[in-house]
Amino acid sequence: MGGNSRARWALLDLLVLVYALVPVAWIASLSFKEPSTVSAGTFWPTRWTWSNYTGIFQNDDFVRGLVNSIGIGLISTAIAIALGTMAAYAVARLRFPGRNAVLGVSLLISMFPQISLVTPLFEIERRLGLFDTWPGLVLPYVTFALPLTIYTLSTFFREIPWDLEKAATMDGATPFQAFRLVIVPLALPGVVTTAILAFILCWNDFLFSISLTSSNAARTAPATISFFTGSSQFEDPTGSIAAAAVVITIPIVVFVLVFQRRIVSGLTSGAVKG
Amino acid sequence: MTGRATGGRAAGRGARDERRLGWWLCAPAGLVMLLVTGWPVLYSVLLSLQRYDLRFPDRKAWIGLANYGTVLTDAFWWNAVAVTAVVTVVSVAIELVLGMAIALVMYRTLVARGLVRAAVLIPYGIVTVAAAYGWKYAWTPGTGWLAGFLPAGSAPLTERWPALGIIIVAEVWKTTPFMSLLLMAGLALVPEDTLKAAAMDGASAWQRFRLVVLPLMAPTIFAALLFRTLDAVRIFDDIYVLTNGAQSTSSVSIIAYHNLVSGLNLGIGSTMSVLVFLGVAVVPVVFVKVLGASAPGQDRGR
Repeated sequence: MGGNSRARWALLDLLVLVYALVPVAWIASLSFKEPSTVSAGTFWPTRWTWSNYTGIFQNDDFVRGLVNSIGIGLISTAIAIALGTMAAYAVARLRFPGRNAVLGVSLLISMFPQISLVTPLFEIERRLGLFDTWPGLVLPYVTFALPLTIYTLSTFFREIPWDLEKAATMDGATPFQAFRLVIVPLALPGVVTTAILAFILCWNDFLFSISLTSSNAARTAPATISFFTGSSQFEDPTGSIAAAAVVITIPIVVFVLVFQRRIVSGLTSGAVKG
Repeated sequence: MTGRATGGRAAGRGARDERRLGWWLCAPAGLVMLLVTGWPVLYSVLLSLQRYDLRFPDRKAWIGLANYGTVLTDAFWWNAVAVTAVVTVVSVAIELVLGMAIALVMYRTLVARGLVRAAVLIPYGIVTVAAAYGWKYAWTPGTGWLAGFLPAGSAPLTERWPALGIIIVAEVWKTTPFMSLLLMAGLALVPEDTLKAAAMDGASAWQRFRLVVLPLMAPTIFAALLFRTLDAVRIFDDIYVLTNGAQSTSSVSIIAYHNLVSGLNLGIGSTMSVLVFLGVAVVPVVFVKVLGASAPGQDRGR
């Protein structure tokens, strides 16, 4: 024990860190390489440059893709949270027949193969005029974010000491005051965590985005990247793709690290507590 | 409930109001989920019974189960089924072992626990497509740091089995953190006292893990395996970026996508959609049958 076992743990820690960080460092390093040095095959850049980053932000398609990703992601998250909060409150707090059916349907949908929706949605959206529009992507995103919101939020809501609400009204607070001053602050952390998880889900989507769009009107950033070509046919897009990959990754990694503890409890709540 | 129902009019009305409120609160979410999944599923069943190619819209006609015959006798389809099955089984198996090892390190380490737990979340946070490009360039001859370890002249992404291996590596790297977070939450449910008692009785670390930890974690492992399997079957992003289905590396999602977008054949595409849906629906049944475990949550939390 003592120093010896600490050293062993430190070694194991190091292995885990290498596993998690080396592939990330590689993409980041690639994004700083000068295009002419990309094919040198070294891990770190031999000459560092910001030009890949300035390049992609001058690319209208990529900027437009980022705007689409942020806009569609925020709208989908807001709708999923609004509808999901209501359902999760009902599931966690009320007794009514069909309560388990709501959870059952949510679980089914979260496991649903997206590809099975892509072909029919492609045809349905073409007929309704939703193809290649923001609402055309918001619809499937909300649908796949809802099961996650209902599951995670109902777990969070079950842990709220709801008796405090009664105590507050007994102390003379109006029902609305009790809700605003007691329940909202208790529920907010769960709602914020769930919103982040839902946003990550939408942000990460690729299949719907390349299938249900045909232009940069609604195509999100991950799909835009897959259409990258060099600025001329002689230029290799590797550096631009790496830079774009880093740009779309940074917001999520920051979210995840800032809200680390809550995200872990949100991710695992459904699975472990059943 | 019976006590409530007979407990006077006020209580009876309370229960009825509660029921109604419950339904109203769930209705919008339920409606959206059913509309956006239920309707397309029915619609794809209808489309799958028609000859419907967007390039030849005039030849649209009801043809019964002929599309199913076409798909189910197609070698490319069965190859995609095999690829999906191999990638799923191999990557989920690796993820379970690797995920358990990482979970144990995160849970037990005496040094820098916070740092390790934070770092593990990074692969989870990375957009799948972004990570897939990282792996693609890492194995591209000339460009990649990993390709440098291979004998000169080899291009692993242009050969079938090496390409499948890289697809599995990309999939495992990105999703193992999720697995290990689930397993770590399961580890927390194992009482320390039981482990101490087993240690006092002379059980070695491996025996404690195998005879105490694993049985207590069985429901968590079952849930984690089921979630990851159902997710792995859908594999699309990694394959799209790494090979786009070349060298017979298409999964069922990739082949259905190409039928839709390049082939514009809605009849065949929908048939594949229905078949994937049915195939995925079988997975939980197989899980319950094979692993014989009761679904987690059925005996707890009530």
